[in-house]
Parts: sequence; C-alpha cells; structure tokens
Amino acid sequence: MSSAASYTHPHGVPDTDLYGYLAEFESAQALVDAAEVVNNAGFTKTDAFSPFPIPEIDHALGIKRSILPWIILGAGITGGCAGFFMQWFASVIHYPLNIGGRPLNSWPMFIPITFEMTILFSAFTAGLAMLTMNGFPKHYHPVFNVPSFSKASSVGFFLCIEESDPKFDRTETMAFLKSLNPVEVSEVAP
Amino acid sequence: MSTNDPANESQSEAARAYAPYAPAPMVLPGETYESVTSRIADVVLRRKTQKGWIFGFMIAGAIWFMMMFSIAWLLYWGIGTWGNNIPVAWAFGIINFVWWIGIGHAGTLISAILLLFRQKWRTSINRFAEAMTLFAVASAGLFPLLHTGRPWFAYWLVPYPNTLRMWPQFRSPLDWDVFAVSTYGSVSLLFWYIGLIPDLASLRDRVKNGVGRALYGFFALGWRGSARHWHRYEIAYLILAGVSTPLVLSVHTTVSFDFAVGQVPGWHTTIFPPYFVAGAIYAGFAMVLTLLIPVRAIYGLHAYFTDRHLQNMAKVMLLAGLVVAYGYFCEVFYAWYSGNTWEKYMMVNRSLGPYWWSYWILILTNILIPQLLWFNKIRTNIWLLLIISTSINIGMWFERFVIIVVSLHRDFLPSSWALYSPTRWDIMLFIGTMGQFMVFTLLFIRFLPAMSIFELRTLLPDAKVKVKEEHTH
Repeated sequence: MSSAASYTHPHGVPDTDLYGYLAEFESAQALVDAAEVVNNAGFTKTDAFSPFPIPEIDHALGIKRSILPWIILGAGITGGCAGFFMQWFASVIHYPLNIGGRPLNSWPMFIPITFEMTILFSAFTAGLAMLTMNGFPKHYHPVFNVPSFSKASSVGFFLCIEESDPKFDRTETMAFLKSLNPVEVSEVAP
Repeated sequence: MSTNDPANESQSEAARAYAPYAPAPMVLPGETYESVTSRIADVVLRRKTQKGWIFGFMIAGAIWFMMMFSIAWLLYWGIGTWGNNIPVAWAFGIINFVWWIGIGHAGTLISAILLLFRQKWRTSINRFAEAMTLFAVASAGLFPLLHTGRPWFAYWLVPYPNTLRMWPQFRSPLDWDVFAVSTYGSVSLLFWYIGLIPDLASLRDRVKNGVGRALYGFFALGWRGSARHWHRYEIAYLILAGVSTPLVLSVHTTVSFDFAVGQVPGWHTTIFPPYFVAGAIYAGFAMVLTLLIPVRAIYGLHAYFTDRHLQNMAKVMLLAGLVVAYGYFCEVFYAWYSGNTWEKYMMVNRSLGPYWWSYWILILTNILIPQLLWFNKIRTNIWLLLIISTSINIGMWFERFVIIVVSLHRDFLPSSWALYSPTRWDIMLFIGTMGQFMVFTLLFIRFLPAMSIFELRTLLPDAKVKVKEEHTH
C-alpha cells in the first residue's frame, strides 16, 4: 500500500489507483487503425504494444523519428578520431621509433585500427543508447499488471492511453476505447 | 527424427505441385503467431531434455576436457610441445585460428549483409548462425593466445597505460588482428544479444518455473513490445547490421594481411583479402548447413527452415566457391606471370612436393566436389548437401594448411628447409576446440530460442498492415 500511496501524478496530482486503460486488439491491422483514431482524437500519452515491430504504427501513433542515428554517427566519429590519435600519439610523441628514417606518422598503417575503433564505438553506442533511451533495464512496468498482457510477447496487440494524458477522462476515454472494436479494455494499476 | 511433422512435408509437396517453378515458401502455410512462438519456444521450455542431447553433450564435454588437458600440458611444458618450429613457425596455431574465424563469418554475413539486402529468408537461420559466430570466435581466439607461449601476458597486445611507457606495434598486421578480432567478437555478442531480447521476453511470458522466469526476465530487461521501443530497436538493429557488414569484411581482410604483408612466396599477393573473405563465406555457410540440417531433423523445424533455405545457401556456397577457385587460379597465374623464381618454385612444390597430397585434397574437396551444387536435384537432396558441406569444411582447413605450412617449409634458404608434422598435443587441441564448439552449441539449443521468433512473426500474412490513403499525406 505504501508504494501505491507514494505514487504521484507527473503534474503533482496525487493518484493511487490508475495508470491508464489498456485495449487489446485482434490483429496488427486493427491495432494500427485504432492507433490512428486515438492519435487523431488528440491523445498524446499513448503507447502500442505488439509481438513484432510494425513500422506503420509510427505514423499512426505520431512517433517522431528518433535522433539515435545521429548519436551513433557522433560516437563513430569519436571512435575513429580517438583510434587514430592513440596511434599517432604513441608513434610520433610518446614512443617514436626511427627505423631506417621512415616517417613516424605513417598514417596508412594506422587505418585498420582507426576503422575497427570506429566500428567498435558505433556498434556499442547503437546497442547501449537504444537500450538507455528505451529506459532499460526496467523490469517493472504498470502494463505488466494486466494478466492478458503476457500475450503481448506472442499473439496480443495492445493500445494504452495513460491516465496522465490531458484529454484523459475515466468514463469518456473508456467509452471511446470500447467504440474502437477491441477484444477487451482493462484498467491498468500503477 | 520422430518429431518430423508429416503434415509439413505434404504441405510443401502441395505448394510445389501448385506452382512448380515458384520458390519454396519461407514459412509454410498454416502457421500462426501462436504456432511460430510455441513451436520454437517449446524446444526450450516444454521438451524434456532428450537422451540424445545428454549423450551428445557428454561426448562433446569429453572432447572439451581433452582440450583443457592439452592446454594444461602446453602451459606446463611450454610451446615446444607443439610441432611448429623454424622454418614452419606458424602451423596448427594459425591454421585453426583462420579456419574457425572463417567459419564464424557466415553468422555475421547472414544476419547483417542479408538483412541489408532485404533477404527475408535469412530470418530462420540468422540466430543460429550468429550463435555459431560467437562459438567459432571463442575457439579461434584460443589459438593465437596460446601461440604467444605465455598467454598470461596476452594483455601486452592491448594498449594500456604502463610504467614501461611501452606500446604495441600499431604498424603490425598482428596487432591489427588483435583489434579486428576483439572488436568482431564483442560486436557479434552485442548484435546477438540485442536480437535475442524480444524473444527472451516471449520465453519469460511462457516459462512455467520460477528460476527460468527470473533468468529470462532478467536478461529480457523488461521488454514489453512498446511501439516506441520497437521504433528505436529497429533503427539500432539496422545500424548494427550496417556497421557489422564492413566489420566482417575487414576482419578476414586483416587476417589475410597477416600473410599478404609478409614476403614469403605464396603469401605476398594482392588477391589475398578478397579471396580470404570469399573463403570465409564459403566455410561459414558450409558449417551452418552441416549443423542446421541435423538440428532441423531432430527438433522438427521443417516449417521454418524450408527447402528454400537449403537452395539459397547452396547457391551462395556455389558462388563463394567459384570466387575461391578464382583465387587458386590467380595464385598459379601469378607464379607463372611474375617470373619470380621463388614464386614459381612455390607453385611446383605445392602441387608436386612432399605435401602434394594436401594441395590435391584441397582442389578435390573445395573446388571439384562442390561443383555438384550446379544441379537442382543435388541442392535439394539433404544427404548430398550434408556431404558436400562437410567436404567444404575439410577443404577450407586444407586451404590454410597449404597456404601456411607448405609455403613456409621451403622458403628462401634451402639450408633451413624442413618438414612439419603436428604433435599429438596439436591434434588434441584442434579436435578439442570442436568439442568446445559443440558444448556451446548444445547449450544454446537447449536454453535459447534457436530461431528468431519475432522476426518469423513478421513473415506471416497477418503481419502485413495496409495504410489507408488518407493516413499517408
């Protein structure tokens, strides 16, 4: 009870018993169609859950393209520069070896490691930044409280409207979701 | 074998009768989200551990222990227990390294390059192939580490701040190898794990026992299939594939630089990078077939690993094999066209010298036998495919034997010429890494989904979503 009581609404309105409504749909098509209607109705605090990626839902739900690729690009450039700098610093400044008067900054020989460092930084940034931006690891989430939600990882298609949405109204939103022809609508405990 | 679903066979027969020239389907008709999920997840969750699995695990484990023993012996007595010595200073330690790492490359090729080319048939085999990559790299990495002689100083290969102010030699291809292989191993692990997360969530939601739920749940990180998460996930996955593709090409290129940068006759040619990369693809696809054909039969996964996959993989092998054959041809051509005494002698010695048999085994198993893949009848015959892919595995090992041992044993100075033969410890270590590979593979099949469930779902007809006109403005 204490954890429920300490839950506060993002806008400071205390709330103890509702995270939002979760509607289940019978197919990917039905989910995308419903998401479109919900988005057009002006709801913003929404999310859809599906057992596989549905690219069409991004537009239907108004999900903006992530800045993730730019972060990865930045990391790749950083990795490449760091990799080259390390080799240049070691070979020219810190541990110069004069072998038959050959140039110390023999940059073509530094390319393979520069390349590998570019890949290493971009790949790990792609993986870890994706997980971080998605808020993982996060083993608890209110939607897991709905028993039928376990289907979301195999056969179930779900759409959630959060209680914190400015347009959310306990009776009207429930009626609205039911008008979208769902399999069922459940209340989600926080 | 008993679990083969006869219904699947008849369905595929029916599909072929209906459209004889259409490619076999990637997923057989009649599959649903539920059937895809349960059939693959149940291999892990519902089936009791079979006697065959336990038997196989015990044998693989015994072979693995043999590897441990040979390593312990090596560490106790030193590198002299191996057969390599001047002039053949590189032998089993490098042959097996290159062989294993080449096998591993098919995993990345299938998961990354085929993803970029939108080859959806990759979906059934990419998970397994990625796992194979990891286990192959784990086996490959052992050889150079042990070959250093004092593997407890292996961290000297990595640049780190130290009181001696020492650095590794960044101009050496051997140090490029350290960076290439360690980047490859860690990126492959990341790629594999990221691909597993949604399927781990599926297992978490289906598993009955608490320990399983805790473990799958922990590693699923709380995945819930949110549209916003999928959005970033797909971007990250595509970019990972995009950076893995040049990575995998660079790794075997770097491995080939280990030879091509040296001036030993038979090594010093520019054909090496492309021909090594093609050889890696060739060996890797052969190994995927060698392993997946039995796995499909044992676990009844015919619905997802269809004749179409066999056909396509056989075609990729044929193509890669032709590139490799072109590489062999180029070596002969260079030897003649260069007019270089040592290069010419190398070629004569390779085909008629003391190791003549290894060269002709190579030509037979790697070039001649795989030509059978030109025939459709053979590409669809499981037993013949299994034999041909095994032949390629053997051939690719002999390729490295020929390149490394045969080139080194007679180089510039006739006074130092000598023959090489491996000791029993060389052989035990090599066979032992196969045991290690099988142990890891068997554990993977038992505890993780061997096919990507969430990607297979996207191949089902139901997964297609139509967007109405008004939505796309």
